Amino acid sequence: MSSTTLTPPPIETPWILPSRGRVGMFCLIAAETAIFTIFVVAYVYYIGKSISGPTPREVLEIPIFNTICLLSSSLTIHLAISALRKGNRGAFTGLWALTIALGAIFLIGTGREWHHLIYEKGLTIQTNLFGTTYYSLVGLHAFHVTVGLFGLSLVLAFALLGWLQQEHAYRVDVLSLYWHFVDVVWIVVFTVVYLLGR
Amino acid sequence: MSSETIALTPHAVATPSLAERLHGWVTTVDHKRIGIMYIGFALIFLVIGGIEAVIMRMQLALPNNDFVSPQVFNRMFTMHGTTMIFFVAMPVLFGFGNYTVPLLIGARDMAFPRLNAFSFWLTVFGALLLYFSFVGGFGLYGAGNAPDVGWFAYAPLTSKVFSPGHSSDFWSLGLLVSGFGSIGTAVNLITTIACMRCPGMTLGKMPLFAWMNLVMGAMVISAISPLTAAQIMICLDRYTGAHFFDTQAGGSAVLWMHFFWIFGHPEVYVLIIPSFGFLSEIVPVFSRKPMFGYPVMVAATVSIGFISFTVWAHHMFTVGMSTYGNTFFVISTSIIAVPTGIKIFNWLGTMWGGKIQFRVPMLFCIAFLFQFLIAGLTGIMLGSAPFNWQLSGSYFVVAHFHYVIVGGILFATFGGFYYWFPKMTGKMLSETLGKWHFWLFFIGFHLTFDFMHIPGLLGMPRRVYTYEAGRGWETWNQIVSVGALFQGVAILIFVFNMAWSYWKGKDAGNDPWDAWTLEWTTTSPPPEYNFATIPTVYSRRPLWDVKHPEDPDWKYE
Repeated sequence: MSSTTLTPPPIETPWILPSRGRVGMFCLIAAETAIFTIFVVAYVYYIGKSISGPTPREVLEIPIFNTICLLSSSLTIHLAISALRKGNRGAFTGLWALTIALGAIFLIGTGREWHHLIYEKGLTIQTNLFGTTYYSLVGLHAFHVTVGLFGLSLVLAFALLGWLQQEHAYRVDVLSLYWHFVDVVWIVVFTVVYLLGR
Repeated sequence: MSSETIALTPHAVATPSLAERLHGWVTTVDHKRIGIMYIGFALIFLVIGGIEAVIMRMQLALPNNDFVSPQVFNRMFTMHGTTMIFFVAMPVLFGFGNYTVPLLIGARDMAFPRLNAFSFWLTVFGALLLYFSFVGGFGLYGAGNAPDVGWFAYAPLTSKVFSPGHSSDFWSLGLLVSGFGSIGTAVNLITTIACMRCPGMTLGKMPLFAWMNLVMGAMVISAISPLTAAQIMICLDRYTGAHFFDTQAGGSAVLWMHFFWIFGHPEVYVLIIPSFGFLSEIVPVFSRKPMFGYPVMVAATVSIGFISFTVWAHHMFTVGMSTYGNTFFVISTSIIAVPTGIKIFNWLGTMWGGKIQFRVPMLFCIAFLFQFLIAGLTGIMLGSAPFNWQLSGSYFVVAHFHYVIVGGILFATFGGFYYWFPKMTGKMLSETLGKWHFWLFFIGFHLTFDFMHIPGLLGMPRRVYTYEAGRGWETWNQIVSVGALFQGVAILIFVFNMAWSYWKGKDAGNDPWDAWTLEWTTTSPPPEYNFATIPTVYSRRPLWDVKHPEDPDWKYE
């Protein structure tokens, strides 16, 4: 047998693999989706199974303003990142701050709704199955909004300090994936709690 | 250029003090050190969980025994199950994944090194939380201590009424915390495999162990998360007075069963799939042949990953589901045997016609093939509803799943230990002691778990702390307990072998097994950066191509 060395076929060049940030974030989103799925299943399974009042129809009002605020924040965060990609840091900071404001309005709205339910309607997590599933599902979502707002505020602080440059658009974009996820979850929660369950 | 001379011999570096070395380990983000810490952590808990098992076997060796009280017995089986699954099997497999996956795919570290360290320490603190229950679960006041609700903690046992004190809280919080650690590691493994492969390593050329870890990572993400959600619900029930699993308020205990087993059954596959990975690396090397049916192996793994999410309620046939529910889960459970069977044939096909070397890693893998087959067969028996109605909750079930976990997962993991120990330490494990370990463990395993099926068939229920004489169960239980002793001695030999070989063993060199994957191209143990230059691969066996330039694999792939 000859000992000539054969030339291997050329490999695909340039060798490009998916970016770590996006893949990591999509994995996290998949895990979060599974967690929310279990809470949504519990909510749907217990619709109408409470053995005492109050029922959702008696106490829940559809939070239309809140929903509009949260969903439009997905648009503003998208526009903010487009601005940063073009190097327009002023527009980025403004739109980013608007996103945070919209998220904060949503959280305040949830707080007011809970205050109304607890102090005026007497519904707590201990009252009945509706209370249990409602506060845990909406609360889990509100917790994610809070975490998201914390992350967004950190980026805002960096932007105001002038540390955020055009080349960071990619990293900010990864964070925005999480925020879009939180918004999509709200669509599901809204449908289940305020449309199906009511 | 400066005319400064460079000393060719570096200054003697002072040996770091113990505190410095410890500090180095605690603050490390190196995937190899984290992998070794995962494995060491798992070994410590293997011994702890093993002691709990031996306590149970001593209690059951004789009828009407009072070696431990019923309360202690309940704590032992709860802690044994929880420890072995969450703090032995998962960490040891994560450890091997962490250590070998970046080396196998030609990367310098995991995708997120700090997340990696964070996940490891979450797992450690989860385990510490669970074990703190011995003193913190009101144990100091004599009001019960460790959790005693069984490893699947069926509602309403976990409610405040039935679990006063804090024992169940420690169970729930410990698993919640370590669950976040598992999800972090899974995210890391998937991202590493997706984004860090060296040039030329397409998915079709990736070593099978990396493939199996990819599937395992995806399953951890979709299986551990439901458990996390269910643990949050238990915490809400116990701390805030919610009613998720409170039947008095209309809640459902069966819902907990569904939530637990939608985690619990995929979890078995989370553990067995990396074990398949060990076999897929070891069997070809010791048969001196490339893996038979690589694409089919990948396809079978991925389909097991999907099908395993459709079988969970075969744990619940005795709950009283509808006929349609029962039928669905019987069929899906039988279907999952098909891709698993394909895998067994692939390994046999790899061995067929090969020059088999009966080294210790290979012995463990061959034993795996037989034992996992039997475990699969009793699995099909239990997966058919009418048979299950007879034997659910009996020792037959206990024998079945120990056959999977010990006879399958643990044997494959031991194979992995003997195969990669030379890479991790630079020393070979002693072959003689290894054979003693193998044969004693093999005999002990079969004494314990073959004979455990029989009292199950004779009607002995699981989780009983004792039994009356004269039911025909005594002899079987004595054999089972004797087997446990054999296994204990074998584990001691294994631990001794590791310690002795680490200090006194033969030097391994870079490539002691004449293997074909990338980890054997670097030194043993590898430097912190793994590869001085990132390799380029052209086939599934890059080292074969290097060793046989006249007949490389890429000509045929």
